[in-house]
Amino acid sequence: MSVFEGLRFRNISSPIHRIDPRAKFIYVCILFAIAVLFSQLIPLLILFFSQIPLVIMAKVKREWLRLMRGTMFFAALIFITNMISLYFYGGYPSLLSIIERSVAMTLRFIILVESFSIFFATTSPDMLSLSLEQMGVPYEFCFAFITAIRFVPVLAEEAQSIMDAQKARGLELERGNFIKRIRNYIPILIPLIVSAIRRSMELAEAMESRAWGASKKRTNLYTLKMGVKDYLFISISIIILVLSLYVCFFVYIPSLAELIRFG
Amino acid sequence: MGQNGAGKTTLVKHFIGLLRPTRGRVLVDGVDTRNASVAELARKVGFVFQNPDHQLFSETVEEEIAFALRNFGFSEKTIKERVDWALNLLDLTRYRKTSPFMLSGGERKRVALASVLAWDPKILILDEPTIGQDAYQKERLRHFIIQLNQQGKTVIVVTHDIEFVAECEPRVILMANGRIIADGEAREVLTDPTLVKEASLMPPEITQVFIRLNDFGFPRKVLGVYEAKRLILEYLRGRAGK
Repeated sequence: MSVFEGLRFRNISSPIHRIDPRAKFIYVCILFAIAVLFSQLIPLLILFFSQIPLVIMAKVKREWLRLMRGTMFFAALIFITNMISLYFYGGYPSLLSIIERSVAMTLRFIILVESFSIFFATTSPDMLSLSLEQMGVPYEFCFAFITAIRFVPVLAEEAQSIMDAQKARGLELERGNFIKRIRNYIPILIPLIVSAIRRSMELAEAMESRAWGASKKRTNLYTLKMGVKDYLFISISIIILVLSLYVCFFVYIPSLAELIRFG
Repeated sequence: MGQNGAGKTTLVKHFIGLLRPTRGRVLVDGVDTRNASVAELARKVGFVFQNPDHQLFSETVEEEIAFALRNFGFSEKTIKERVDWALNLLDLTRYRKTSPFMLSGGERKRVALASVLAWDPKILILDEPTIGQDAYQKERLRHFIIQLNQQGKTVIVVTHDIEFVAECEPRVILMANGRIIADGEAREVLTDPTLVKEASLMPPEITQVFIRLNDFGFPRKVLGVYEAKRLILEYLRGRAGK
């Protein structure tokens, strides 16, 4: 469950928390674009490390570390598949360049997760919903989206309780062959689904009893306004994007292997 | 017993190996929990969780009870016997083929209890068993706990239902802020207003009455209804005799 922890909103105050969610969203999109733009190791490494000051500024270092640990499994999976496919089909000159390329691909994935984490850990679900609403998304959809996000940690906790309860009845998750192991999860999934359904019904009843959707036009307590720092943040992001595009198309990027050989 | 967050559930989770101690060790029937799997410990320790919805998943009540028995590798014949026995014991026989999800909250709780009792564990842990049970079912539960206890089983009940505990008169352990603040006979612990208050509880109603009647020469440490009746009658007869 450590992966979810890294995506959970931390209600603390930091410069990153105070940036408008829309500005942050643009930043995350640009980061995505750059990560996909480059497939060489060096720019991806720079991109990866450039996020760390942001993480420190946002005071979510511990969550970030935990998330990194959580992604290790998938990262390893991506690394291995890349290694295997590049070895057989890539036509790369040396083993070193294959490794470099695989590491780059893994890093790309980690950067995507990392930027997601910064976004979600520093943007409160309320603000997220508000910004969606102000972008013209119907409130019902915003609400459903936010509720889904909000229930992730609740469900994670519940899954843990269910696992405890079934283990106490002698369920051994790690026993048996592959098929048996998948079947072992049925006693955990069914209560989880049933309780999620039950919970959503209860939520619906509670909302209706408090007159949800009674008035056609909703007003909000807060309205989001982009300030100078938000525009600055967006401008910097766009400058970085333009620079990256320039580097990508007009500058030759050496591989790490070449650098070591000639440097 | 103790308030929410006192560490009751955390403590009992150590008895079945769901939590392992970071310091010291937990011995269950002579076995160190660090050296045994939860499944091994569960054979000896039956743990009935507070929320039955966390464990019910089968299509019928019967299957639900058989689940743990299958995990422990009982033979089909034994499983059938045990299921019948457990259904009967908890007044659930008529729901045998019903889906556990169709039952009421209290009934689901009983199914959860039946599914644990079925494998006849030596030690039984009940986490908040009285929640959602009506007076009649509570009374049955109480008899049932006493009966199990007389059969030589250890029954550990986690609860804040002080009236329920007072009627059983067991050994009581009070907890507050992750520590044990009292450990002794119910008659001693539950009639001590300061201790009970520290655990965010109120003494049983009968005890509260007798503490206030102390000036008339009544004893303070009274828990049971019948005991109270006897004491009051003695007092009234004494006055009538004068």
